[in-house]
Amino acid sequence: MTEASENNIGIPARDAVAKPAPDDTPVDLEAAFRDSQVQEVLDKLDRELVGLKPVKTRIREIAALLLVDRLRRQLGLTTDTPTLHMSFTGNPGTGKTTVALRMAEILHRLGYVRQGHLVAVTRDDLVGQYIGHTAPKTKEVLKRAMGGVLFIDEAYYLYRPENERDYGQESIEILLQVMENNRDDLVVILAGYKDKMDRFFLSNPGMRSRIAHHLDFPDYAAEELMGIASLMLEQVQYRFSPQAEAAFQDYIRRRMRMPHFANARSIRNALDRARLRQANRLFARADGHLTKRDLMLLEPDDIVASRVFREGVPDEQRPDSAME
Amino acid sequence: MMTNHGSRITQGTFSFLPDLSDEQITKQIQYCLKNGWALNVEFTDDPHPRNTYWEMWGIPMFDIKDAAAILYETNQCRKAYPSHYIRLTAFDSTRGTESVKLSFIVNRPKNEPGFRLVRQEVEGRHVRYTLQSYAADQPEGERYR
Ligand SMILES: Nc1ncnc2c1ncn2[C@@H]1O[C@H](COP(=O)(O)OP(=O)(O)OP(=O)(O)O)[C@@H](O)[C@H]1O
Ligand SMILES: [Mg+2]
Repeated sequence: MTEASENNIGIPARDAVAKPAPDDTPVDLEAAFRDSQVQEVLDKLDRELVGLKPVKTRIREIAALLLVDRLRRQLGLTTDTPTLHMSFTGNPGTGKTTVALRMAEILHRLGYVRQGHLVAVTRDDLVGQYIGHTAPKTKEVLKRAMGGVLFIDEAYYLYRPENERDYGQESIEILLQVMENNRDDLVVILAGYKDKMDRFFLSNPGMRSRIAHHLDFPDYAAEELMGIASLMLEQVQYRFSPQAEAAFQDYIRRRMRMPHFANARSIRNALDRARLRQANRLFARADGHLTKRDLMLLEPDDIVASRVFREGVPDEQRPDSAME
Repeated sequence: MMTNHGSRITQGTFSFLPDLSDEQITKQIQYCLKNGWALNVEFTDDPHPRNTYWEMWGIPMFDIKDAAAILYETNQCRKAYPSHYIRLTAFDSTRGTESVKLSFIVNRPKNEPGFRLVRQEVEGRHVRYTLQSYAADQPEGERYR
């Protein structure tokens, strides 16, 4: 076999380190930022995601770090490939999956992942049923995610200490290995509830040490949830009548106190049901004189019919009761 | 020797060139992926030109976006069979095509003794020719060291 370097027909290595430049070489951070078009993604993030202040700040910080890292590389300063594996913790419906998708796009624009796609998996996609099943399964997923971001939802289920022969451990070991050796090839994001994730990291220090960024997703305040509702309606070209808006504010306050509240996802579900009721209200209307506005407008009736108001129970508790 | 030109087996695309670097292999893989072809790692220690079916290293890889994944499996195979022939084949599953579009060697033994030309005299002074790999005199797995 001939030495690989002899055969290289002049293709420069990816991210080749440039010759050292003099210390007073001017650096145009602004221009680099503009060229990366990362601002566009950050703006979109601001526009399309309500609240999430701490998360957005962290993302900006990470983007800044990566940009500086890239400039350093261009000037011939030493840089390790930064570790970019992350953990996203927060309650259901706080936007973890949504932000992970955006993260893939940001890392792609900054050149830290080559393709920029997101592969979202849970334990079942990684862990097999019998001996010899897990390794190929985990590797399969890792290979699919290379060039992009691997998002592992509820990552702590990979680790089941109560069963010492659980195959999850095998999967974790392969993950650890690839997270270390193939840092250039993929970014892993672990997601889940905060307390369970903390416990997972305690019993898997190897995993903890490979994660560079921990992002915590706070629960939304009532006003933020209202903002999310408006945004969601706008996207599908519906809107609240003024009374309906008041009713929905009331709905949010009640729903937040009930069990199984899933932040933005509960809002999405509530709006889906409101649209269902609106459609039925329009059908039931005797006069038949409908306008375009009627098709877009949600009325208080579409909201107060919810079981949240009548029985103090969320609708989704009983899927068959959506029409009530 | 005409049966062992340059002491190298020349099968598949690029085989008259010096060995491809990993970087060059990566570019070829990315080209295949861009065309939607499924890549497959195959290996053998019986490189007879008529040995079309090499052993498969795992199953063909579908749904792959980035060349790193294919290179990862290639390296696993290289680790397990450092002195075997290893090739990548790219399969185009488009209806009507359904065949290999590109195949190239990504690993080969250090010494390639090549083939012996065997002449067999048959009736009427006819001669039949055939090739035999010197290495294949040894049992499987012991051919290239
Ligand atoms: N800040 C936000 N602004 C607008 N929409 C949001 C926001 N956060 C979440 N959503 C919407 O809420 C829904 C649920 O969000 P997402 O799936 O990202 O939550 P999650 O944290 O991944 O939940 P889970 O832990 O249950 O998987 C999505 O439809 C998303 O578009
Ligand atoms: Mg999610």
